[in-house]
Amino acid sequence: MAGRDTLIKEIRAHVAEKLEELDGVVALRRTAEGTAPHLFQQGDDLAQLALEPRYPLSTTISMLQKRFPEARFGIVARGCDARALVEMAKRRQVDAERLYLLGVACTAEEAEECHCADPAPDPEQWPQAEVIGTPVEGAPPNPIVAEYEEMPLEERREFWQAQFLKCIKCYGCRNICPECFCEACALEDPAWVEPGVLAPPFPMYHLIRAMHMAARCVGCRQCELVCPAHIPLTVLYDLIRRDVGELLDYVPGADVTVAPPLSLTLEEGPLRGKLE
Amino acid sequence: MEYKNILTTCVYCGCGCGLYFEVLDGEIVGVLPDKEHPISRGSLCIKGWNAASFVNHPDRLKTPLIRRGDGADRGRFEEATWDEALSLIAGRLTDIRDEAGPGSLGFLTSAKCTNEENYLLQKFARAVIKTNNVDHCARL
Repeated sequence: MAGRDTLIKEIRAHVAEKLEELDGVVALRRTAEGTAPHLFQQGDDLAQLALEPRYPLSTTISMLQKRFPEARFGIVARGCDARALVEMAKRRQVDAERLYLLGVACTAEEAEECHCADPAPDPEQWPQAEVIGTPVEGAPPNPIVAEYEEMPLEERREFWQAQFLKCIKCYGCRNICPECFCEACALEDPAWVEPGVLAPPFPMYHLIRAMHMAARCVGCRQCELVCPAHIPLTVLYDLIRRDVGELLDYVPGADVTVAPPLSLTLEEGPLRGKLE
Repeated sequence: MEYKNILTTCVYCGCGCGLYFEVLDGEIVGVLPDKEHPISRGSLCIKGWNAASFVNHPDRLKTPLIRRGDGADRGRFEEATWDEALSLIAGRLTDIRDEAGPGSLGFLTSAKCTNEENYLLQKFARAVIKTNNVDHCARL
C-alpha cells in the first residue's frame, strides 16, 4: 500500500528527529528473525521500525519509565496504545510529563478488523503529542455483541460456559493486558480460583477478570489475539464497557483528566446520582 | 540503557512455540509471544508465558553433577566440569557394553530436544553402541 509506505517513512523521520532530544522511542522493530517491541535510540537503524503486528507498547513504556525515573521516552502509539496509556497514567503506571506520544492513525481497514470506535490517538490528552496519518471514522461494534444481546439469559449462560470450557488457563489474557499491572492478582489467589483445575471452574476466573476490566478495558483486543482457545473476550469486555458508560458515564481511555469511577469512594462516587 | 527482544523457541515441550525474551540492560525481564510464529501464532501456554522465570532461578543447575562419596556420604552430588562428566559417561558406557553386551544399554530421547538432536541420539545408539534400544521420554 503506497499510502502506508509514505506514512511509515514519515513516522521514521519524526522518530529520528525526536531521538535528538529523547532518551529513546519505543516502537516495533522488524528484523530478519521477526518483529517485536524495541527501544530505538540514536544511531539505531530506523528502517527496521514497523507498525505490525500489534503489541502492547504501553506496557513497555511503563516498565522503562519505572526503571529509568529520569529518562524521557517517546512511543509510536496507535489509538488503542494511547487509550491504554491514558488509563495507566491515571493509575500512576506511566508519567505523562516524561512521555512523547507519536500517534499513528489506523486505516479504515484496520479499524474495521478491530471493530474499533476510536482508531486514532487524541493528542489533546498529552502534554507532548502529535498524530501522523489521517484519522478515519470509527468502525461499527463487533456484530457478535448484538447477536449475543438477542439471546435469552439461559442461552447466554450456555454460550459463555461453552467458551470458558475451552480455557487452558495460560493467563495470557492477563499477561498481555496493558491494564493488568496489580502486584497481587486475584486470579492467582486460591481463595478465588481453585488451583490445578482445568478448565478453571465456571465462571470465576473469567468473570473476575471481566469485573476488573470495568472502567479499565480500552478495547485493544490484545487478550483475544493471544488467546490459544479463541475465546471472544472482547465481546464480554465490550458489554462491560457499555455498562460502565451508561451507569457511570465513563469511557476508559478517553479523557486523562477524569478520575476512574471505581477508584472513588461511594460518598463522592458517580453512582450516587443513579442510585437515588 | 538497552531494551530489546530476543527471539527463541520455548523449551518446555515438543510443540516449539515461538517466544521473545524481553531483555532490559542484559537481564531477562519478561516473555512476549511471537505473533508471527507459524506454529504458535502469538499464543503460549502457561509454561511458555513463564519461560523467563527459570533462567535466573537460584535452583537452576549450571554445571553437571556427579554422584561421588563413600560410606555415609555415598551418593552425594558434586559439581563437575563437562569434560569430567562426559569422560565418565563414555567410560562407563564402554565398560558396560564390553562386559554385558550392547543389549544391556538403552537410550531415552526427549520431546524437548530438536529433531536433529533426537536423530543424533538414535544414531549414537545404533551405530556406536550397536543397540536398537531407543525410546522416547513420553513412554517413561
